[in-house]
Amino acid sequence: MRWIWIDRFEEFESGRRAVAIKNVSLAEEHLHDHFPGFPLMPASLIVEGMAQTAGILVGEARNFAEKVILAKVKRATFHALARPGDQLRHEAQIEQLTDSAASTVGRVRVNGELLGEIDIVFSHIDQNISGIEFPRENFVFTREFRALLETFRGSSGKRILL
Amino acid sequence: MPEISQDEIFDKVRQTLVDALSVEDDEVKPEATLTEDLGAESIDFLDIVFRLEKAFNIKIPQEELIPREILSNPDYVADRKLNARGLAALRSSMPHADLSEFEKDPDIDKISEVFTVSTICKFVESKLRAA
Repeated sequence: MRWIWIDRFEEFESGRRAVAIKNVSLAEEHLHDHFPGFPLMPASLIVEGMAQTAGILVGEARNFAEKVILAKVKRATFHALARPGDQLRHEAQIEQLTDSAASTVGRVRVNGELLGEIDIVFSHIDQNISGIEFPRENFVFTREFRALLETFRGSSGKRILL
Repeated sequence: MPEISQDEIFDKVRQTLVDALSVEDDEVKPEATLTEDLGAESIDFLDIVFRLEKAFNIKIPQEELIPREILSNPDYVADRKLNARGLAALRSSMPHADLSEFEKDPDIDKISEVFTVSTICKFVESKLRAA
């Protein structure tokens, strides 16, 4: 399994806001265990989807120079369940951004209806944990994550005609 | 500076800590320490700083609230304790804090005990006065 919980960026305004979608599908193995006969996307993975949307937004704002780590989920409130066939729309906005950290506000919608509210604080770890050496390469933003953004910039999600 | 009383500052700081640390209103007393009494972890300080900036419309450079430079400066620290010069530097960079207890045993791992609710209120007050 790949640890990527968003499928595509739909909107991306550098340093300000981003929107990514996630299609919930019965092809995802874990849905058959969560729960047998009543498949639901786990709320924790919806939080992860928001963390990826907002995290890439925060990372891109500093040109991926910082290792952006989720420090704290300030709020995760859910109003509805996410079921197979649903398309989640993760809307993330940067509220505050400094050299050492960032805070984001997030809304998850399905068909325009509010499903969840997820606010996160991120840390730029090299600027925070003094005395601890991290690898030089940016292990947070792997090629797979950057590819999401490149795909958006390349095609803007337009149909690719044959 | 816009007129704001110490009571109003305390109320806003209390609400900030209630929201950030999921504690009860009555736990947030002036003498309560953020880490020991209110259960804050180091990562919560990032959150608290952002919330204070928003609540009071101020900017808080990380070094101003917690002068990490001093605590990691080899000239000031020996055996994880601040020496006299380190303490002097700390005093001048943290006028908002009551360091009298910390000075008895200036173990840098205990610096978080300096942060009481009242320390935060005084810090905010000094920022508002300077604005």
